[in-house]
Amino acid sequence: MTSPALIRLDDVSFSYPNGHLALENVSLSFARGESVAIVGQNGAGKTSLAKLMNGLFKPSLGTVSVDDIETTKRTSAQVARQVGYVFQNPDDQIFHNDVYSEIEFGPKTLGITGDELEERVYAAAALTGVGPQLDENPYNLPFSTRKFVAIASTIAMGCDAFIFDEPTAGQDQSGMRTIGALIESLKDSGKTVITITHDMQFVVDNFDRVVVMANRRVVADADKRSIFWNLPVLEQANLKQPYLSELARDLGLGSDVLDLSEFVASFGAIRSRR
Amino acid sequence: MSFTYATAKDSSVRDIDLTIEQGELCALVGANGSGKTTVCNIIRGFIPRFHTGEMSGQVLINGEDIKETNLGLLALQIGFVFQNPFVQISGSKDTVFEEVAFGLENLGVDVDIIRSRVEETLELIGIQHLRDSNPFDLSGGQKQRVAFASILAMDPPIFVIDEPTSQLDPQGTEDIFEIIKLLKNNGKTILLVEHKMELIAEYADHVVVLDDGALVMSGTTSEVFGSPELATHRVAYPQYAEAALGVRESGVPLARIAVTREEALADLTEAMHS
Repeated sequence: MTSPALIRLDDVSFSYPNGHLALENVSLSFARGESVAIVGQNGAGKTSLAKLMNGLFKPSLGTVSVDDIETTKRTSAQVARQVGYVFQNPDDQIFHNDVYSEIEFGPKTLGITGDELEERVYAAAALTGVGPQLDENPYNLPFSTRKFVAIASTIAMGCDAFIFDEPTAGQDQSGMRTIGALIESLKDSGKTVITITHDMQFVVDNFDRVVVMANRRVVADADKRSIFWNLPVLEQANLKQPYLSELARDLGLGSDVLDLSEFVASFGAIRSRR
Repeated sequence: MSFTYATAKDSSVRDIDLTIEQGELCALVGANGSGKTTVCNIIRGFIPRFHTGEMSGQVLINGEDIKETNLGLLALQIGFVFQNPFVQISGSKDTVFEEVAFGLENLGVDVDIIRSRVEETLELIGIQHLRDSNPFDLSGGQKQRVAFASILAMDPPIFVIDEPTSQLDPQGTEDIFEIIKLLKNNGKTILLVEHKMELIAEYADHVVVLDDGALVMSGTTSEVFGSPELATHRVAYPQYAEAALGVRESGVPLARIAVTREEALADLTEAMHS
């Protein structure tokens, strides 16, 4: 990695107050402008990791730094201004009676007013596709749209890094595309985007680097092609290859297919050889 | 069947004619906002009783108009698993065991029967280890399993299941589909809303496509997922159908469009050697 790390975890372990150990010896770093997918089973420690990076949790052992400052040396609110976290359940973070006020709330608390405030709300609404719903009560909107409202209100904060927890849950084809496009756009503007997801096809379509977690630890951290063709790692984390990779493997099409165009190309190549 | 919500200008669903046979697994697919959840709410009787509006047409269960059926009795006939597990948890119970027993308690079932039924259900869903946990301490995926278990314990003949796997990892998703298959094998009638087309293609008997409130396609998985019309209704193809379509487009003749892994493997193996 050439650019310096924005978020850095060194040998981090974390236990909940009730003693439940959620993470063990995790070391990771995320650069500015990088987009990374975090995958792993339910309970592997992904959400705890997200909350450590965003300052909601402080490590039990090891250090978490954002911009080279340890999160223990700042308040949770200070860290959250730099690292925005969009909860798995949008209803954990939606409080206002209309979408506009909901999106405006975060930047307002940062002291932003006037034209800039308005610009931020409209930009975040445009990116998430909730522009037509700005006057509506978030609770009259479907779950999938409320997720976009939660994403918009975090984006409007203008953080350096964003962590999305299961953004694709309940999304249809067009919602998936909107999320893909907004990740691309955040990345292009130099933001770090970290996404927790169970959807391997979504990872193939939108990310390069993949971090695999299993049993409270990071078990692999590499580019998606190496991860999705590393069968022992997938087995260890109880994950599956993306559908087309698995089909390519079953058909003996070589060991690197990830997407449809690669699938069709390797099928054509093997067929013409026979 | 047509319905317009009291607060809406346009109808949410219109002129829907749909028959679901006893013992059938019927999948309802369509873009978000196409009316899937509205159809579920109508069948369950929540519309027009809780969500008011203008309704025409009728819903018959075993030949009886549900308008004539008391909502409590309807609850015995139809188990409803909500889209968002966060709203299904009762909030009044301290442990998963009690949560799963809650519905049966309300029905006045004998305590010993409740105990054994809950035990069986926890085991079937694979959450015995969570029996003493507080439902609110669970992860999204665990909550989703608990929500499913609490309905399963009531053993209704009909299940309406709205996106049961949105919070689950790939393994958890397959586990839920295996449970759905088990329900089907036990003669249950199931209406399922789900975005994961590969799983629908594998498990469903009947696929119904909604687009903008209208029923636009209805047929077997092969009829619907093998049809070029599907693309015009903002619904994704299963990845296996994508592979078949891609290979066919590259000039390889294929007699049909495979929709499951098994079919894709058979068709493409044959095409490779032809």
